[in-house]
Amino acid sequence: MNIRLKGRWWYLAIFLVAIALPHIVTSRYVGQIIIMGYLFSIATLSLNLILGYAGQASLAHAGFFGIGAYGVGLLTKGGVSFWIALPLSASLAAAIGFLVGLPTLRTRGSYFAISTLCLGVIISIVAGNWVQLTGGYTGVVGIPTPTPIRVPWTVEIRFDSLLAQYYLVLAFLILTMFAMHRIVHSLTGLSFMAVRNNEMLAEAAGIDTFRVKLTAFVIADFFAGLAGGLYASIMGSISPSTASMELTFNWLVYLLIGGAATLGGPIIGAFVIPIIMESLQFLAQYRMLIFGVLLIVVIIYFPRGAMGAILQLGEKWRREWRKRQEEGPRVAASQRP
Amino acid sequence: MLLQARGLSKNFSGLVAVNSVDLDVAEGELLAIVGPNGAGKSVLFALISGIMKATGGSVYFRGEEITGLKPHLIARKGIGRTFQTTALFNQLRVVDNLAIGYRMRTSSGLFSTLLRTGKWREDTRRTMTRVAEVLEIIGLKEKAFHFASTLTQAEQRKLAIGIALMGYPKLLLLDEPTGGLTEEDTREISRLIARLHKDLKITICLIEHKMRMVMELAQRIVVLNFGSIIAEGAPEKIARDPKVIEAYLGVEHIADSQ
Repeated sequence: MNIRLKGRWWYLAIFLVAIALPHIVTSRYVGQIIIMGYLFSIATLSLNLILGYAGQASLAHAGFFGIGAYGVGLLTKGGVSFWIALPLSASLAAAIGFLVGLPTLRTRGSYFAISTLCLGVIISIVAGNWVQLTGGYTGVVGIPTPTPIRVPWTVEIRFDSLLAQYYLVLAFLILTMFAMHRIVHSLTGLSFMAVRNNEMLAEAAGIDTFRVKLTAFVIADFFAGLAGGLYASIMGSISPSTASMELTFNWLVYLLIGGAATLGGPIIGAFVIPIIMESLQFLAQYRMLIFGVLLIVVIIYFPRGAMGAILQLGEKWRREWRKRQEEGPRVAASQRP
Repeated sequence: MLLQARGLSKNFSGLVAVNSVDLDVAEGELLAIVGPNGAGKSVLFALISGIMKATGGSVYFRGEEITGLKPHLIARKGIGRTFQTTALFNQLRVVDNLAIGYRMRTSSGLFSTLLRTGKWREDTRRTMTRVAEVLEIIGLKEKAFHFASTLTQAEQRKLAIGIALMGYPKLLLLDEPTGGLTEEDTREISRLIARLHKDLKITICLIEHKMRMVMELAQRIVVLNFGSIIAEGAPEKIARDPKVIEAYLGVEHIADSQ
């Protein structure tokens, strides 16, 4: 109970900082970077569900992000309200995930990774070549900002300022974290981890592993689509690069370095890695060299990434502190003449 | 008959691992399956529990055919099993390991999980109650919140049995539950198995190499060699069967009884 309360205080502290942040940081450039960080946090959190918790490497994640982005982009340009287009596009991403998962998740091991790798490439090729629908490689431009919400008898909430967009994206990030938290801390989440840890035992213990994997995949794709839809509406323009493999691999790095199978890891990764990337700009293409080494070191020594290391350190300190508290009076007693 | 196998066979592209085995397990029985390494004992378990697909024959459980069913469906019908190389969810705590074994008896889905409905709370409560019960049975209460990977060998075996117990199995298939354990630990696991059989009235099928334990524990013994049953009967009868002594027990049995 005590530990849980401590956890809640942490949440509250971070939440307050996030609320206050746009009033502390007034630079438009930094504001935009933070919004992107939130969007990619949602994408990485959802990748975490299928890869970190269920242990299935979905390499089409940016593809589903792209489906959400094109869905919202095209629908809202066609006059559909953002608030209808967003859930519709996220559901489309989930539905496509379901159809793709049906054949590919029946296999064990690397087949799923290979099939989703192909799917990711296919989605970005389709986005680039289905010119009538997607506008080809020029993409979709002039996507309207999210439709204002009319609160009866009071004000109208508009989303054309950076500040309003910041809070909108933050709200969706919190929604995503809330959903992930509930899933992970439940019997459903436990069955995800069972499949990741030992699929054969999970089966023998009565878990329908195929269904578990499919569920994880569909939820992950829904939230990837959601992040993509928000991205389209806030950026105002999208192109096939919105669904590119490069993006998937970026999130993969955020996830592995931030901490797979932790709830904080994806968010740490989505903020820390771009900052490191920016500050290493002077190294040009050689910074990839540093990243390669960093990734290998993290995977070998910190299998649960930065968040895992933080948790380990916290546990160690707590133990030290408790030990010192126990020893304290004893040492004092023995020093007495 | 609780379990009936008829003409059960497994053929690995030419290599016959299990050769037309007929096996009957009566309700309430404690049956041991013995035989030299590579006799096909573990493959037989894999065929019954659905981990492997049989190339011939059929399996009936409580009168219903279960041949070719997926492992999780067979588990739900009431067959629990452990593996020879102790299989656990190593990255998870003891309680979580056990809770996974009860998932098949709860049904709260995604929406009740997201909304934490009454059904979700009820399922969670039922799971925790069963976890506490099984912790008591296998005697791992003190280690409830330890990670499975940090347990001792004997504790790991108990946990593996515990996972299989969670869903109220009618039949337990235990694949070498004491393999590689010290004598003292072996006795402890034997006592646990005897208790499951006597107190909880679970029918048990046991693969075991330690003959002394088998003789003490089993009511009936089936001897497999090269994928076929070469003898079956009461322990005393098996111990005196010249065919068995020749094929397998031979040296080990003589050494053991001295």
